[in-house]
Amino acid sequence: MNKALPTHNLSIYVANRPGALVRIAQAFSRRGFNIESLVVSPGATGDFSRMTITAKGDEAGLEQIIMQCSKLVDVLACREHSDEEVVARELGLVKVAVDAAQRGEVLQIADHFRAKTVDLTETSIVLEVTGGSEKLDAMVELLRKFKIVELVRTGKVIMARGEGET
Amino acid sequence: MSEHQMNGAEALILSLEKIGIEVAFGIPGGSAIPLYDAMYKVRKKMKFVLVRHEQGAAHMADGYARATGKPAAVLVTSGPGAANTVTGIMTAYMDSIPMIVVTGQSVRGMLGKDAFQEADIFNLTLPIVKHSYLLKNANDIPRVLKEAYHIATTGRPGPVLIDVPKDVGTDLCTAGLDAEMKLPGYHPEPKGYTPGTLQAIADALAKSRRPVIVAGHGAVLSHAEDELRTLAETMQIPVTSTLLGKGVFPDSHALSLEGLGMHGTAYANRALVECDLMISVGARLDDRILGVPAMFCRDAVKIHIDIDAAEFGKLVKPDIRCRGDAKTVLQDLLPLLEPGDTAEWRKALAGYKKKWPLGYAKKGGLHPPQIIDALNKLTGGKAVMTTDVGQHQMWAWQFYKCDKPWQFISSGGAGTMGFGLPSAIGAQFGRPDETVVAIVGDGGFQMTMSELATAAIHKLPVKVFLMNNHYLGMVRQWQDMFYDERYSGVDLEGNPDFVQLAKAYGILGLNLKRAADIPKVLKKALEHRGPVLVNVEVVKHEEVYPMVPPGKPLEDTVMEHPKKKKGRPAGRRATTAATKANRE
Repeated sequence: MNKALPTHNLSIYVANRPGALVRIAQAFSRRGFNIESLVVSPGATGDFSRMTITAKGDEAGLEQIIMQCSKLVDVLACREHSDEEVVARELGLVKVAVDAAQRGEVLQIADHFRAKTVDLTETSIVLEVTGGSEKLDAMVELLRKFKIVELVRTGKVIMARGEGET
Repeated sequence: MSEHQMNGAEALILSLEKIGIEVAFGIPGGSAIPLYDAMYKVRKKMKFVLVRHEQGAAHMADGYARATGKPAAVLVTSGPGAANTVTGIMTAYMDSIPMIVVTGQSVRGMLGKDAFQEADIFNLTLPIVKHSYLLKNANDIPRVLKEAYHIATTGRPGPVLIDVPKDVGTDLCTAGLDAEMKLPGYHPEPKGYTPGTLQAIADALAKSRRPVIVAGHGAVLSHAEDELRTLAETMQIPVTSTLLGKGVFPDSHALSLEGLGMHGTAYANRALVECDLMISVGARLDDRILGVPAMFCRDAVKIHIDIDAAEFGKLVKPDIRCRGDAKTVLQDLLPLLEPGDTAEWRKALAGYKKKWPLGYAKKGGLHPPQIIDALNKLTGGKAVMTTDVGQHQMWAWQFYKCDKPWQFISSGGAGTMGFGLPSAIGAQFGRPDETVVAIVGDGGFQMTMSELATAAIHKLPVKVFLMNNHYLGMVRQWQDMFYDERYSGVDLEGNPDFVQLAKAYGILGLNLKRAADIPKVLKKALEHRGPVLVNVEVVKHEEVYPMVPPGKPLEDTVMEHPKKKKGRPAGRRATTAATKANRE
């Protein structure tokens, strides 16, 4: 696989039925696409779900996947969005092992990224950070000089700006 | 019985009848007993056919649909019963055949607990169905059946599976049979194109001097034969048909180039090499007709008409894509067209037809194409023909001439051996008054020959012509041509005496061993009023030509067995060496 393959943002609006997620996942796996992140959540009404998927791959393969997903009976819409047309957010929780001596610098980093401390013990701290995926990457990178015990990220969710449909 | 007292299984059978299913094929089992009990109690019009193996049931439903355009149902039990339908569902899915598959399932409380005869058939079949349901509530049954039929038969048709836990079948169903569909994501729009797209197609056609039409299964499924013919005749465009498109344009028509691709005619392949425009009407342009995808119609304008947008650019990048039902598209396109000038092009193609006619050896034993040619003459191409998969299938495609669609039934995309006999049985149920002929090989026939019982019980007059070369012939051909004659696993030594086998099932069995007997035996078989199995002892070694060797472009169509002395392809080792040499 070519390292330079672009990452794509896909938003899928789908009827909330059993099997819908597997059918969509199969459209990716059958064509050798690796899903980098996948977020499923209820849509504006309970009958529908919103899936946000980020995946790396070539354009031709992606076009196939979009069309294969679009033709699934349960799928109402499947769209690709460039980074520019959407608001993108991700939430991350980072647990760092810190003692009293290190805590100050960790909090300084957290402050810089506007992360919140959501749990604090003698030996550890859990930070909550929200923003673009690159921002989360940057903060995690800086925290690597300490011991990151656990890292949980939600994966990217996106919404089209202005009048655009997600 | 009042609708308010019915259970889920009864609602299901009544719903099948209500949506218009005329025949169901299947075998019961523990989890399907409520369904079969309901059939016993409430079935009125729907015919039920007990088969011998569930794969046979699926292929029969498939053959029925390919002969009538209408879906049939498959009714099987859970676990192995459901799993045995997988090959049949896959075959139908690959060739866009509508089918309703109803599988029994363990009771809801046992789902996922490895109960006896429990198989997760819903997930097992996800990649090979158009859509599927796992029923959790008996009241959903009328709606689900209505949706299933709608999904299976509209847009690009396909199989729909409904998994029915045993206790959903025995639960009370209080919903009326008139249910409303809930399919917010399903819009099989027949007109997914703009007037601009049609004008672009018309303009491209007007400019073209060397156009070719590739007619596919989509043209058959949308009943576009009249519009297709008008298009070809108005513009004087030659037409080549895919395996599944056979007959949608008359084989006997002066503009017909017959089949294309790996075992298509040399003139059709040459036309595709030299054309300046290729318009595909309902063909998905798969690897067996393209040769090398990147080289297919390299210098031509490529127009792709398909109901399924996911087919655009899968292997061939079209210059103009037009999403829509073939018939609707052509109806809208025809008024925009002016008569075309293709005289020179047709003259060139007529030359190729003369230069490279289809042919076969006539001496030294019986040859399958010879039998098919004789059958063609005896039936006038008016019989419904089904095939199995392999060499005989390609010969049937080449030498059986159809002037109408819905006459030639063959497993194209999936290439499923064992398809020939059961699909002929299904076709005969769909068209009881017509002659149905199955051309099969000794390999494929033995995969589903237990369905001879089904043919015998129902006294179906299917005529099975078994091209018996005691070999898996197509694999042997490849081993011969590309693997230095290393015949591995292809000798079917130990075949039974097929005439005795036919007799054991109580049907007429005939041997055909000499060319002189061809007219007599074929006539006897065709005139017999019940099922017939004709064992044709054909020559052991015979190869299908023309052939486009795998991995080669259509330019490289081979007309005859390459002579060893004249640079015959010499197997993998030699090919690798040659490739290396080329690179250096």
